[in-house]
Amino acid sequence: MAERASWSLGSALRGIFGAKTIDDDTWDDLEAALITADFGPAVTEEIVEQIKAQVERYRTTDPRDVQRMLREVVEERLAKYDPTLRLTERPAVVLVVGVNGVGKTTTIGKFARFLRSYDRSVVVGAADTFRAAAVDQLATWAERAGVGIVRPEREGQDPASVAFQTVEQAKRDGTEIVVIDTAGRLHTKGGLMDELGKIRRVVEKQAPISEVLLVLDATTGQNGLAQAEAFIEHGGVTGLVLTKLDGSAKGGFVLAVQEKTGLPIKLIGQGEGIADLTGFTPHVFAQKLVG
Amino acid sequence: MATFGTLSDRLAETFKHLRTKGKLSASDVDGTVREIRRALLDADVSLDVVKQFTARVRERALGDEVNKALNPAQQVVQIVNEELVGILGGQQRRLQFAKNPPTVIMLAGLQGAGKTTLAGKLAKHLVKEGHTPLLVASDLQRPNAVNQLQVVGGQAGVPVYAPEPGNGVGDPVKVAKDGVAQAARAQHDVVIIDTAGRLGVDAELMKQASNIRKATNPDEVLFVIDAMIGQDAVATAKAFQEGVDFTGVVLSKLDGDARGGAALSVASVTGRPIIFASTGEGLDDFEPFHPDRMASRILDLGDILTLIEQAQQAFDEEEAMKVAEKLASEQFTLEDFLKQMQQLRGAGSIKKMLGMLPGAGGMKQQLENFDEREIVRTEAIIQSMTPAERKNTKLLNGSRRLRIAKGAGMTVTDVNQLVQRFEQAAKMMKTVARGGVPQIPGMGPIPGAGGYGGGKRQSAKNKKKSGGSRSGNPAKRAAENQAIAEGRPVAGTAEESKGAGFGLGGAPAPTPSADDLANFQKLLGGR
Repeated sequence: MAERASWSLGSALRGIFGAKTIDDDTWDDLEAALITADFGPAVTEEIVEQIKAQVERYRTTDPRDVQRMLREVVEERLAKYDPTLRLTERPAVVLVVGVNGVGKTTTIGKFARFLRSYDRSVVVGAADTFRAAAVDQLATWAERAGVGIVRPEREGQDPASVAFQTVEQAKRDGTEIVVIDTAGRLHTKGGLMDELGKIRRVVEKQAPISEVLLVLDATTGQNGLAQAEAFIEHGGVTGLVLTKLDGSAKGGFVLAVQEKTGLPIKLIGQGEGIADLTGFTPHVFAQKLVG
Repeated sequence: MATFGTLSDRLAETFKHLRTKGKLSASDVDGTVREIRRALLDADVSLDVVKQFTARVRERALGDEVNKALNPAQQVVQIVNEELVGILGGQQRRLQFAKNPPTVIMLAGLQGAGKTTLAGKLAKHLVKEGHTPLLVASDLQRPNAVNQLQVVGGQAGVPVYAPEPGNGVGDPVKVAKDGVAQAARAQHDVVIIDTAGRLGVDAELMKQASNIRKATNPDEVLFVIDAMIGQDAVATAKAFQEGVDFTGVVLSKLDGDARGGAALSVASVTGRPIIFASTGEGLDDFEPFHPDRMASRILDLGDILTLIEQAQQAFDEEEAMKVAEKLASEQFTLEDFLKQMQQLRGAGSIKKMLGMLPGAGGMKQQLENFDEREIVRTEAIIQSMTPAERKNTKLLNGSRRLRIAKGAGMTVTDVNQLVQRFEQAAKMMKTVARGGVPQIPGMGPIPGAGGYGGGKRQSAKNKKKSGGSRSGNPAKRAAENQAIAEGRPVAGTAEESKGAGFGLGGAPAPTPSADDLANFQKLLGGR
């Protein structure tokens, strides 16, 4: 069990695509594979129906066609939205939000490096003043990525003020991109979600916010949708980041999230190394997922 | 994702057209089982577990117990609930302590599961129980995990053994081993080892975890898992079971709205009990795990017990007694009304509380429309009144009402509505206080939600008995005893005797309808 498997559905689907013909087992297995990948019962049903209809239409009995169709269906559904990051403002302010433990701080470290590799100047703001040692964790990442960091002046400082100071400093120094870390908050905590709204309002006094990235953990199940909805309402999220794709989870729920909310996936994280963050390409994602 | 409504609602729907039939056919049961399957998948229960589970439920549902029941749908939900509780471990399990201290507890789990925070919570919990724990910082992987543990240890008032700075420097196995030795030297009776987060598929790190286990020979290995995890829970749990062979599970982030189907998957696949649940960011947000409550949560049947507990925490007993007295003696004033509202708000989001009522999932729409700010507005109106006005609403003439409206930034109509609502509420509460059943259907049998003193004491008493009602309130007791005699379910008694969610007895139970919610909302200040 502990061997390093890829997160692809490949192994689960091999049985289906390797079969001789398309029969009831094919559909059962396909459904099982999709549900296991966290697509959720509703989306799974839709996809299976869609492929069934196509198989009917083209009168094929070759399971390999199912594989191709699945890849196309997934890709088509993923590609409906534009995954481009919009960072044309100067400074371009990026707010990173999410529930606890999804990998916000790590993502910021990797994102800062990602931006540095395109030769952009970056400063990160440690507005997670709540969790113990979060500021130090971000500082370590900032150092690794070779970017500046704005720290809170004192313990437990208002996160909005840290965010404000970060943008202020970026404007003073002419830094191109500002990335602000926020404390993890469960989307059900009204007070904390309001705090997020405040951070937004305060930052917007200095500069418009270019992107609000919601970080989602690939291991999350159907609750991901509830998270996204709450964060959109309070945080004005503009894009999704899917992390921890290096594990065995497939993160199928993002398809539902993307469709229900209309938010594109913009970045994916696949490891704890500083270079393990890439832009999102529906084609590659679908290819990898379906195999 | 509870957008499909609750399982019980869906089952009721499925069974609607069957009401005239005396017997359930196999195809009827199949339809029901499909609904259950979907509900469980929506709650992130793993597919394999769902399959086994539905097969068992199907078998039981075709048996006599369902056909003999008056309401097959309710009976099926009851079966599902029982099966869930069974899988979740039935009984609560406590931590096993070593005969010869120190007891070694090792924490393991994925990144971001909440291990370090849990280490602090566990330490604080143990200190409260009279132990002297030592925290050992063996997470040398994640940047500044060591610092975080030190801060958390400081908050919990527990020493932290952290010889290595972390950030990739140092050998976690050696630190863990030295930590245990250090604890023995310094006479700590419990050692809690925080380890780095690792993926189930990362063979190298799993090996390291297993080495830590071998080196320290822990009495408990707790696998910390995020309640929001999806289908991957099974693969991860299996990997950790093979890697470190954990002895118990801790479910973290249970304060979100995830249904936590993962708990079921993990318990079912690994056969290891869930020992604790972690429910917030504060170091005290930590509690022993209750299988029956979790089952209700997965089924979205409402978590009445938690609701009652929250209400109990928020409602000050003395205050409640005073109010009850006042109610009975008709001295209930707007001032008390305001206090009540503030207490209710102290219990947390009213939306959330309403959401815990059984069947509330089906009223998501109404819940969405419920504006918590209405309460703030109501508060503003009351606070704009003079003390005399608050005590005696009869004082409120037109000009006073206009002044109050201006002071609160509302219209006179709003003030009028509030006064009217208050008078209605006072009347209703008076009935309750005197032992009658309030005029709001569906709200009556829910202790805690109405929460005006009487309900609370009654719920505490109900816990101890299984037979007739011993409600301190004579009228209510009579009513409940009569209900039992007639075989009707009584909130609280059904719960205790069957260990199941409320209203799962043989007959349809009073679950709040949309109308009831609207009434309750009106009472609290909606329009």
